Amino acid sequence: MNLAFRDIRHKLGRFVLTSLGLSMLLGVVVTMAGIYRGQTADALALLQATRADVWIVEAGSHGPFAEASRIPGDTREIVARMDGVSEAGSLTLQTVQLVQGDRRLRLQIIGYEPGRPGGPATLIAGREITSNRYEIIVDRQTGLLPGEALKLGRRTFTVVGLTSGIVTLSGDSVVYLTLADAQQVQFDLAPPAARREQARGAARGSTDLVNAVVARVSANIPASLIAAEISRWKHLSALTAAEQETLLTRTVIERASRQIGLFMTVLTLVSAVIIALIVYTLTLDKTRDIATLKMIGAPDRTIIGLIVQQALLMGVSGFIIGTAFVYAFRGVFPRRIEMLPADIAGLFVVVVLVCLAASALGVRVAVKVDPARALAG
Amino acid sequence: MIAMPDQPSRKPLVELRNLSKHFGEGQARVDALRDVTLTICSREVVGLLGPSGSGKSTLLNAIGCILEPDQGWMRLDGEVVYENRWLRGNLRRLRLEKIGFIFQTHNLLPFLNCTDNVAVVLHLAGWKKSAAIARAHELLADLPVDHRKVAMPGQLSGGEAQRVAIARALANRPRIILADEPTAALDSVRAGIVMDLLHKLAVEQDAAIIAVTHDEKILGRLDRIYRMVDGALSS
Repeated sequence: MNLAFRDIRHKLGRFVLTSLGLSMLLGVVVTMAGIYRGQTADALALLQATRADVWIVEAGSHGPFAEASRIPGDTREIVARMDGVSEAGSLTLQTVQLVQGDRRLRLQIIGYEPGRPGGPATLIAGREITSNRYEIIVDRQTGLLPGEALKLGRRTFTVVGLTSGIVTLSGDSVVYLTLADAQQVQFDLAPPAARREQARGAARGSTDLVNAVVARVSANIPASLIAAEISRWKHLSALTAAEQETLLTRTVIERASRQIGLFMTVLTLVSAVIIALIVYTLTLDKTRDIATLKMIGAPDRTIIGLIVQQALLMGVSGFIIGTAFVYAFRGVFPRRIEMLPADIAGLFVVVVLVCLAASALGVRVAVKVDPARALAG
Repeated sequence: MIAMPDQPSRKPLVELRNLSKHFGEGQARVDALRDVTLTICSREVVGLLGPSGSGKSTLLNAIGCILEPDQGWMRLDGEVVYENRWLRGNLRRLRLEKIGFIFQTHNLLPFLNCTDNVAVVLHLAGWKKSAAIARAHELLADLPVDHRKVAMPGQLSGGEAQRVAIARALANRPRIILADEPTAALDSVRAGIVMDLLHKLAVEQDAAIIAVTHDEKILGRLDRIYRMVDGALSS
């Protein structure tokens, strides 16, 4: 005979409402964990979609994602000619903000050379860029569909393909143009200083600049060997994909993870306090029943079991409801929420431990109940 | 009152010698029990009468091993359980095995139906579920309140609730039954039924029943009556 379950069934409405309230709180904890994982996945999405083995950037720079980098456009040809490099491609990266219809879009423009590394890995709709000019591939997060038009600078581009889940660290959608178009857009959207120079008739600098060159190395050739060889040229830096990934996760994401970790800790503590107060109140409500149980001979383990099981049932059901809620509605959340089974299992263990700790207050009250209270009128 | 058939000699089930208990110190000291000496045998239904604060509940709590006396000696069902200190460690187990409680407000657990309220005692004593349920049904039928076996306590009348509480007190076949105002919430007819029932049980289970009461209408149904005044007992 499970007394905890019987008591819950007797006051099912109150239990359900309490669990629902708790599920919202625990759902936020799950969401936070999901946002952290989503942020990591977002940060690495572009890197992984590029499928590059080596990133070549300006000397002393840590790559196009962490710092500004500008290198001459012909770097790609120099890299491509190296022994061990199977193919190479130039990339430009630029963030723009524009209004499309009634929506404000923030985009990361990637300029790449179709047929060379750096373009989108897979498309979920449409086709690759086949024309040299005015075609664009967008992420489905932009809400644009193949055939629709997008104005960038003074030029209008036609959407020809769709990617999925290719975003930047800050969640901006990534769009792909040909390198020539991207360089033109960079020039169109150049900062005021450049426009002023142009207005006073100064010679226009070369626009054949790229932000990075990505290279794929031949099988059985270590990427680190190629990177070391490129770095020896002095005027370039080279990072392997693993180094680039470490750089992003350790430096760029680290602060975000600390913030999210802090919020998760605070929310978990708040959940613990709330569970403790609910269990304490439920125990106070049952003081006379507990006294009766003690008087008829129930051992302490039965009384403690009643309290602890109720705390666990409340916490676990709140966690399950909260997790299911987040899972069901993660698609409409403005940031990517990545729910990994290992994270959910870890949080579940934390919730169980929190429930056990939170029930201590109620257990203390229950153990102290004098059985003689059952005789009080 | 049910006529008592001739039975073999009665066995002393509750024996108290010079049991004392006080609360507070100095001017605030209250002697709740003063050298109480008492013997109650099997098949006896004994009444404890007295004004509020006279020590009736303290005596009941002491016999029920809920309240530790200050000094004295107490033997329950042949086992010395107190001699200036508790001699037995697990008093709850002792209560579970030897003592049944009937409360003034019946104290049925509100989250269990009538059957489970009776079976819970057997569950605590380690009975198998099916055997516990069968015993609970048997007791509810005897009382008789088996037509309410799946009802929750909140759905019962005062008389029904009291009968279920009695069934719970008897579930584990205790030798000592302590009843605190068992008829206070009942009219005279129902009070008479409950007292007849207690007598019947005392005889059938060879048990001793001690009832604290203020209820004048049941005095004639008690085998012996003790009066308590300022913690002292007089017959």
